[in-house]
Amino acid sequence: MKTSKVKKTARLICSYIFLSILGIIMVYPLLWMFSASFKTNNEIFSSFSLIPRQIVKGSFAAGWKGSGQYSFGLYFSNTFLMVLPTVLLTIISSLLVAYGFARFKFRFKKVLFALVLASLMLPTEVIIIPRYMLFNSLSWLDSYLPFIVPAAFATYSFFIFMLVQYIRGIPRELDESAFIDGCSSFRILTRIIIPLCKPALISVAIFQFVWRWNDFLNPLIYISSVRKYPLSLALRMTLDVTDTIAWNQVMSMSVLSLVPPVLLFFFTQKYFVEGVATTGLKG
Amino acid sequence: MAKTKTAILKNKKNKAGVTRGPLSGNSQAYLYILPWVIGFLSFQLYPFIASFVYSFTDFSILKPMTFVGLRNYIKMFTADRLFWPSLKATFLYVLIAVPGKLAFALFIAMVLNMKLKFINFFRTVYYLPSILGGSVAISILWRFLFSRQGTVNVLLKALGLPSVDWLGNPNLALGTMGLLVVWQFGSSMVLFLAGLKNIPTELYEAARVDGAGSIRSFFKITLPLLSPIIFFNLIMQTINAFKEFNAPYLITKGGPLNSTYLYGMMLYENAFSFLKMGYASAQSWVLFIIIMLFTALTFKTSPYWTYYDDGGDF
Repeated sequence: MKTSKVKKTARLICSYIFLSILGIIMVYPLLWMFSASFKTNNEIFSSFSLIPRQIVKGSFAAGWKGSGQYSFGLYFSNTFLMVLPTVLLTIISSLLVAYGFARFKFRFKKVLFALVLASLMLPTEVIIIPRYMLFNSLSWLDSYLPFIVPAAFATYSFFIFMLVQYIRGIPRELDESAFIDGCSSFRILTRIIIPLCKPALISVAIFQFVWRWNDFLNPLIYISSVRKYPLSLALRMTLDVTDTIAWNQVMSMSVLSLVPPVLLFFFTQKYFVEGVATTGLKG
Repeated sequence: MAKTKTAILKNKKNKAGVTRGPLSGNSQAYLYILPWVIGFLSFQLYPFIASFVYSFTDFSILKPMTFVGLRNYIKMFTADRLFWPSLKATFLYVLIAVPGKLAFALFIAMVLNMKLKFINFFRTVYYLPSILGGSVAISILWRFLFSRQGTVNVLLKALGLPSVDWLGNPNLALGTMGLLVVWQFGSSMVLFLAGLKNIPTELYEAARVDGAGSIRSFFKITLPLLSPIIFFNLIMQTINAFKEFNAPYLITKGGPLNSTYLYGMMLYENAFSFLKMGYASAQSWVLFIIIMLFTALTFKTSPYWTYYDDGGDF
């Protein structure tokens, strides 16, 4: 009996050591990037230490100013201008559509919902060229409309699916009694469904924010003028523009670009983890 | 008031239907799903069909469309010297990255499931890379860490080991990119962890009483009961890996010797760098068919290796 207890404790300690080492390996690259923002080019290439031998001040300020005409302030505000309306419209449109699918009976419902699911598996790559041509003929290229308008029309079908799953879990009796009390369907949505859906709605907001924030391929295709670049394109540009790259500046701006998603993650991680777990989807 | 009462009565009669209750009016429902109908038709279905039509043409944003029949497909399969290497690299990448990520995620989820303390802390730390992994900043970082004079080699040197040309060696570059995927194992881990929590501990106790070792109970209890989650992850992760664009474009530029010239990058270059939009549409349809075949195969074989509590009513 005693030996088994010892064995159990030993196993526990081993697990903790293993998990801690793994944790260090996981976050080391991120911490290294942060510390590299304060290192000289020479040291960046010669040391894996997280503490700079000689602290370089001003790499954030210099990086922020940027090498071209525009500063990172502009790229940050561009990214927010592109991402925030997209996120907001995604939430509204996906909620309306999910409510329609989850709570109403109508003709062709099964077929239509199957189409929602099918479009989940449709790779963007297949539709990106016709979309480009379409947006070109609408003169939407080099603006944020190719991101915002599709969001207003619930084309991020992943979120419809997620919300339908969630609304189905809300007891129908609540709607019914509200209806008997004379509530319209829209009032039921705003008074009953939305308050109860809050965790799922927050998950939608977080996922969509992070994905749009990190998105590189779509801005690369749709945005052409530097004045409208979001962060993802601006960062890539800093790599291309200068021959002798001041790496600490590149690293400092890379770190800053990760701050909004990281903050969002830390403040809402309960929803984040639950959102993944309850919908059983992706990530 | 009288009107609503008859409506309720009517609905009561309707009990056989899927949706009973107050909200079964057709017209209202269509109003709610209308945004999706418009969006689906104009931003998904139309482009989907258009790209199929484009795949039989030669055109670009600067050049009018001419119909060329099957020429794009024939050229792709017989004359494009980059097509087959790219397809091979993509398959290899999927084979490295997806099983690697899922196996690692499952392993860590099982360790975390041993009723440890600080589980939330570890979960947060492991999840963090999944949020950031898709960003340009992380691609830049990866390129840096694994470059010839990069931090990983500095570390190896300090340990007295020879340095490795992670991104410059055609045999290693794809694996190094695969590591970036495995690094983001946290999202899959969270799913597995949720699944593991749902497995009743009595099952393991019963197995132990019957004399089953831990390896046996892993294969006979854990794996079968998790199989639906594994199944879902497998499909989504594979589709993602087939489409990968950021890593080859930003980290290796497809090199060395095209060993990381993944399909997504080839598509982008053909469509938007070389402006061969008809040809790129044909290539995108080949990718679509590959993904569909894979998904169908997974669905078809899933009854043999996934286990559902409810007898498989998926």
